[in-house]
Amino acid sequence: MQFKLNVRRYDPEAENPAPYWRDYAVDVDENASVLDCLIHIREYIDGTLAVRCSCRSAICGSCMMRVNGQARLACATKAKEMLEANEVITVEPGGNMPVLKDLIVDMDVFWNKIRQVKPWLEPVQPVPEREYLVPNETILDLTVAMNCVMCGACVSDCTSLEVDKNFIGPAALAKAYRFVDDPRDEDRQERLEELSDYGGVYDCTHCFFCVEVCPKDVAPMERIVDIRERAQSAGVTNNAGTRHAVAFEDIIRDSGILDEPMLLLKSIGMNPLEQLKNVPGGVRLLRAGKLPLASGPFHHKIPGHANVKRLFEKVEAEQEAQSAQEARPS
Amino acid sequence: MKYAFFPGCVSRGACPELMQSLTAVADHIGMELELMETASCTGAGVISERNRKLADALNARNFALAEQTGLPLMNICSTCQGVMSGANERLKDRPEYLAEINEMLAEEGLSYSGRAEPRNFMWVLVEDFGLDKLKALVKRPLSELNVAPFYGCYISRPTDVLGYHDYPQRGVYLEMIIEACGATPVDYSGKKKCCGFPIITMNRENSLTMAGSHVGEAADKGADFMVTPCPLCHLNLDAQQPDAARVVQTPLNLPILHLSQLIGMALGIDDKDLGLNRHVVSTNPVRERVHALPLA
Repeated sequence: MQFKLNVRRYDPEAENPAPYWRDYAVDVDENASVLDCLIHIREYIDGTLAVRCSCRSAICGSCMMRVNGQARLACATKAKEMLEANEVITVEPGGNMPVLKDLIVDMDVFWNKIRQVKPWLEPVQPVPEREYLVPNETILDLTVAMNCVMCGACVSDCTSLEVDKNFIGPAALAKAYRFVDDPRDEDRQERLEELSDYGGVYDCTHCFFCVEVCPKDVAPMERIVDIRERAQSAGVTNNAGTRHAVAFEDIIRDSGILDEPMLLLKSIGMNPLEQLKNVPGGVRLLRAGKLPLASGPFHHKIPGHANVKRLFEKVEAEQEAQSAQEARPS
Repeated sequence: MKYAFFPGCVSRGACPELMQSLTAVADHIGMELELMETASCTGAGVISERNRKLADALNARNFALAEQTGLPLMNICSTCQGVMSGANERLKDRPEYLAEINEMLAEEGLSYSGRAEPRNFMWVLVEDFGLDKLKALVKRPLSELNVAPFYGCYISRPTDVLGYHDYPQRGVYLEMIIEACGATPVDYSGKKKCCGFPIITMNRENSLTMAGSHVGEAADKGADFMVTPCPLCHLNLDAQQPDAARVVQTPLNLPILHLSQLIGMALGIDDKDLGLNRHVVSTNPVRERVHALPLA
């Protein structure tokens, strides 16, 4: 079967190095992967094409690249399935990392962020005489994050990293969760404080790109949300993210519907300088007839909001009872 | 064509023009809406961060309220859509979990079957109403106008939770609607990226960089205006646009329209009924060009 590929090329050693696109037509088996097509190009059409790959079985994570605009493992992507969307398959290197040559990116950005979260256990002291015992369900939960093959697909398509290189990023934060929730680790509190700081979990936008592109269902964004929950439960609350979440929950509990001006004020907290930054925006909304004036004590409640409030109370009472039961010595 | 209409919070807060234009369009095309007045906020993905069961219970309550009407549930916000779909995914195939939540709903006389299919107005318009019917109703084709679609994250990903397997074209509905209105969709890289709204209070600079970049890119690609099915995206792209322009150090002046406003203009609905005067970035240049277009 013939496939047409449009491949982004870049050679830093060329006379005038600049990215360009080149079309290829390859005759391969109809079940060929995108990686098979690229290897075919390299072996039979253009030996200068640079591709990084190894296992061809979606285990090593080497062949991450963007196919039809989305980060994927080329070896786990059937060319035929990509054709359904486009007549020509577009192949380019992963994003958010510098391109070394053609489809190969410099993964130092990725690895430096992984190192940043101290990806090792700091053993709880004293060290037990025999092995540390970890409940089965705890390890089962952690294995989701441990399934990461370090391919960098989530980093490639992360929209926060695109605008801020200081963001720790989805892969490293998912890795961090693996240690935060490991009962054998002694640095939990310190980790949660660092991860809640600038560049950490509250810089994630919830864009779901990392969830969509992860080939191993690690769902890094979900792990980021898990870290937020663990941090807030552990008392790491002096940050805009927590203030926003608490204010949001309080407003819905009391009225069932959002009070936008109040949410903004409470999220920013007692920081006059930050509050001032929002004044021009408020004035613009007011002039456009969009500022909800029924805010704070004048905010309206949805009809029957008592039912919403009761739901809050029921869920919270159930969870408190569960926590009390878990805390009771067996 | 009648729906249990879930308005969300923002159409009754900082984006009243969304409710206004949606109501006008629904009236015009014969779509009956039964307003779910007692429905609460979905939690917007924020409540679930602190308490997932609570967020699921709130959504189950809303689904149960819709089921009481016997009508399919329609929302008008990308974020509401994503949060509802996510909650429904956790509720529908876990009978024990659903039973626990139904026990909490019982006091209000509610019970959720697990069979709701919450859908956004954009989806309903294409899947139930049909674009051929819409085209037939267009009074003023928006020809010569270039429109940049902006989807919002929650209605774009994760595709498996949002039913893209059964409806693979959901990823291009906005372009299809723009074309049905006679306009030309503008392709640009930011159309399915984050608008920055979720982190506006946490990292204002990053948030505004996102908004400014997308608006700037769309304008550079020749867009006359942008259209979005998400009121939260609208707030960051429209209301914050002057500040976003300062952050990305680029002059920006691109009108941002709600999906219902785009459709309303093509249907020939009066500007005032579409709330086109309630924008931070003036929609006047768009209105002037539209009014200069010939009627079909």
